Amino acid sequence: MSPAERPLSPHLQIYQPQLTSVLSITHRATGLALAAGSIALVWWLVAAASGDHAFAVAQYFWGSWLGLLLLLGWTFSLFFHLCNGIRHLAWDMGLGFELKQVYLTGWTVVAASAGLTVIAWIAGLAMWSHA
Amino acid sequence: MSERADMRSPLGRAIGLGSAKEGVAHWWAQRLTAVALIVLTLWFCASLVALVGAPRPDVVRWLGEPLPAILMLLLLIVGFYHMALGVQVVIEDYVANAWLRMAALVLNRFAAAVLAAAAIYAELRIALGV
Repeated sequence: MSPAERPLSPHLQIYQPQLTSVLSITHRATGLALAAGSIALVWWLVAAASGDHAFAVAQYFWGSWLGLLLLLGWTFSLFFHLCNGIRHLAWDMGLGFELKQVYLTGWTVVAASAGLTVIAWIAGLAMWSHA
Repeated sequence: MSERADMRSPLGRAIGLGSAKEGVAHWWAQRLTAVALIVLTLWFCASLVALVGAPRPDVVRWLGEPLPAILMLLLLIVGFYHMALGVQVVIEDYVANAWLRMAALVLNRFAAAVLAAAAIYAELRIALGV
């Protein structure tokens, strides 16, 4: 008996994207992005411990357009994973399972992670212009 | 069924195959580290924003202070543990091939350990001034 001959349940391509499913997969995607971003944190710490030249190279890269683009992506990823993670912890305690609540907390996560990203970058760019 | 297989009692065959009351350990560790990371990542983001554009001596001095050093070490230990647990679930969900899955699971743990060791070593070197 070949497994391919059995009927399959409807999968991703059948369903219209919904806030719930989009946020769920975004939680995973941002988690993986942050795992990749951890290499940047290691680089920054090792460069700071190594010496002036290594630190200057790291600082030059993170100040370049590619570095800034990556940092912007990781900032949003971190705030999204943080906010949606808190939503997950609430679910783990049995809270917020009503459909209305799921959508309310979902949009709150989107707004909060976008807002925190903007605030962090306004503060960061202000620090940069004063440095 | 061979004679040898029948030598074991049903209980003996079952032990070690079920959750053995430890099935929730991964799940619980993921949540415990998540709660700790709420505080640690917010502190880290605020600190990083304050350090934007700072020259190396300022960064090193800050990383060498007791509270930032302790919080940074906690962030690294808890963060890389949380990372290893999370990536493990993604691998278990999406990598179907048994050999590939095992290789990915081992690589995930090794990579997390190497990255954590490098970062912790750097932070300790700065904090202890060696």
